[in-house]
Amino acid sequence: MELTVISGKGGTGKTSIAVAIAELERNTVKVDCDVDAPNFYLYYDGNDASCEDFSGGKKVVVDEELCISCGLCQDACQFSAIENGLVDFLNCEGCGACVLVCPTQAASLKEEKTADIFVTDTGKGILSRAEVEIGSEGSGKLITILRKAAKPYTDGKITVSDGSPGIGCPVISSITGTDAVLIVTEPTQSGMEDLGRVVTLCRQFKILIFVCINKVDINKQISTEIEEYCLEKNLLLAGRIPYDDTVLRSINELKPIIFYSESPANEAIRQMWKTIKKEIFKD
Amino acid sequence: MKIALTCTGKEMNDNLDLRFGRCSYFIIFDSEKGVSYTLENKGQSSGGGAGIAAAQQIIDEEVEVVISGSMGPNAYNLMMSSGIKVYASKELPCAQVLESFNKGELEEITQAGPSHMGMGSGK
Amino acid sequence: MRALNIAILSGKGGTGKTTVATNLAEILQANYIDCDVEEPNGYIFLKPENIMNVAVEVECPDINMEKCILCGECTKTCQFNALFNTKKDILVFEKMCHSCKACSIVCKTKAITFKPRKVGVIEKGEKQGLICMRGVLDIGEAMAVPVIKKLLRHTPVGLNLLDCSPGTSCNAVSTLRHAQGALLVTEPSAFGLHDLRMAICLVRKFDLPFGVIINKWDEKNGEFLERYLDGEGIKILGYIPYKREAAEVYSRGEMVRTIPAYQQAFDRIASSCGEVFQWN
Ligand code: SF4
Ligand code: SF4
Ligand code: SF4
Ligand code: SF4
Repeated sequence: MELTVISGKGGTGKTSIAVAIAELERNTVKVDCDVDAPNFYLYYDGNDASCEDFSGGKKVVVDEELCISCGLCQDACQFSAIENGLVDFLNCEGCGACVLVCPTQAASLKEEKTADIFVTDTGKGILSRAEVEIGSEGSGKLITILRKAAKPYTDGKITVSDGSPGIGCPVISSITGTDAVLIVTEPTQSGMEDLGRVVTLCRQFKILIFVCINKVDINKQISTEIEEYCLEKNLLLAGRIPYDDTVLRSINELKPIIFYSESPANEAIRQMWKTIKKEIFKD
Repeated sequence: MKIALTCTGKEMNDNLDLRFGRCSYFIIFDSEKGVSYTLENKGQSSGGGAGIAAAQQIIDEEVEVVISGSMGPNAYNLMMSSGIKVYASKELPCAQVLESFNKGELEEITQAGPSHMGMGSGK
Repeated sequence: MRALNIAILSGKGGTGKTTVATNLAEILQANYIDCDVEEPNGYIFLKPENIMNVAVEVECPDINMEKCILCGECTKTCQFNALFNTKKDILVFEKMCHSCKACSIVCKTKAITFKPRKVGVIEKGEKQGLICMRGVLDIGEAMAVPVIKKLLRHTPVGLNLLDCSPGTSCNAVSTLRHAQGALLVTEPSAFGLHDLRMAICLVRKFDLPFGVIINKWDEKNGEFLERYLDGEGIKILGYIPYKREAAEVYSRGEMVRTIPAYQQAFDRIASSCGEVFQWN
């Protein structure tokens, strides 16, 4: 069974909740699809069982010995990324236009490494994650490969994925084929809009949806609006997590929130996970 | 008639891959000749537009039926406009999926998933 | 006086980058430019007026089917899968297109020309004499970089605060190209430090003067962050406290500097910014 935790945007407490759920069960498989802010793994020590290079696209390289500095490449490049055979890598989109016009075949496209993919044995189950290079970002392809890397370990276990933010290709790749999603939202002006967008997305993929309002008490009015929205759209509101200073402490101490017995957020998350499990495993 | 199955591996007893654009392989079964062959999915390795690249490959192979888990709208519309039928199946070994298809047990997909063409980073 | 662009960056979303950018803009009397074109939120807080719009357009292939011989060269050349050969015609998936024009280079029949296509808009307004600009990427569009490039092509004279996309992706990189200095916003947690490190790598690549602002400051837990910054020789420009009240004010779309403790914090940050960037 795989549960993917997502939110329309960053900073809603998605990772804290994903970690909490991952820790409530034993030996869960964990996948960190939030590759632009890969914080899931910070909670764990462990040994990297495998590491592989990931290539997210192509960039041009110029063979200096063949280049005759004719300048045809810069006329063809729409991104001002090459000048007389000298490439500005941060600007190059790897379109290959320069390669087509280069008279001496000095320019060619090469796969470019944009991330490392790790499968880590945390001692409490497997975690797959990526480290993305600067100027690159999560892509559907990277997420697909991350999930594939974890796949051999998932049999008979619960997999908890920290999903990608947004509504683009990465998040679609993090939810296709998952059994359920938990959408974490906040009662803020933008939170409500983001929720609507991810719900539409998940609906189209016919995935079982749970919603959770984090910091539910910071704006009662918007929280009520979100609850009404869930009712109207027939969405299961699985949890209402109160604002809780302990959450920040838990992040600082890198100890999942479920280990703070006095924390109201902890209590709410445990309750929520029970609700989710009941719904998923009801038959 | 040529039938394409999206597959997680290269063999008929490997499981069906539920994604179309990012499946690992296509197994193409030629029902007249009774033979099959495997193609690596080019879409899988492309940064963006995986479904489009995969669909181009299917059309270039002159396939008439595709069996997969789900399909994005770009790829689906391309299939429709080329008169290719799309069927949905669960994650089972491809040989079994093909058998169900032959028995007429699979459901034809008549509506695509959502378009995410070009949303997000497009990369 | 020329334009002086200071980029406000954060390693990831939700660190309070927009809060810092908008509040500081008012205090420093700086123009505010929202470059987070996928989620430009700054206007919610600044509420500028007299907004004018300019469309952002990219060039997209237009295929003349009378000239096209369906050879498929263009579809093979396109690195972004934007072209599709149905054997009856060539389809263009406009949103996938990077406008690189490689397809027209290989087309022997000259069937490919380009036409403009709108992908977003630049909005320019003002708030009490300060200019507020933002780029907004149209919903469903993929490529933010053309919008950012156009937004920053002509920045207003004087001091401008550029509110960047979160993270260290190509969108943040595109914004940093136009900056002469950077403010990094972080929070005192292991998450914050991890993401801050990536942002530091990025600004160092561009060799920009920069300083760090610590949001959600908590004296009990923040020491490790101060130690790290000290060891790296990075200047801390100020601390912003963490109060539930602020989350409430924020959720209503109001400025947190309406709370006295926050006003004080931003005043202090504003004056230490002056030391780092030496504007006049
Ligand atoms: S077109 Fe080729 S030979 Fe000419 S400057 Fe560019 S890389 Fe060098
Ligand atoms: S590959 Fe494209 S973007 Fe890169 S330098 Fe060549 S023409 Fe420019
Ligand atoms: S390269 Fe030109 S002629 Fe060939 S398919 Fe493309 S548009 Fe048509
Ligand atoms: S302009 Fe570039 S990205 Fe657009 S269709 Fe042509 S080759 Fe593809």
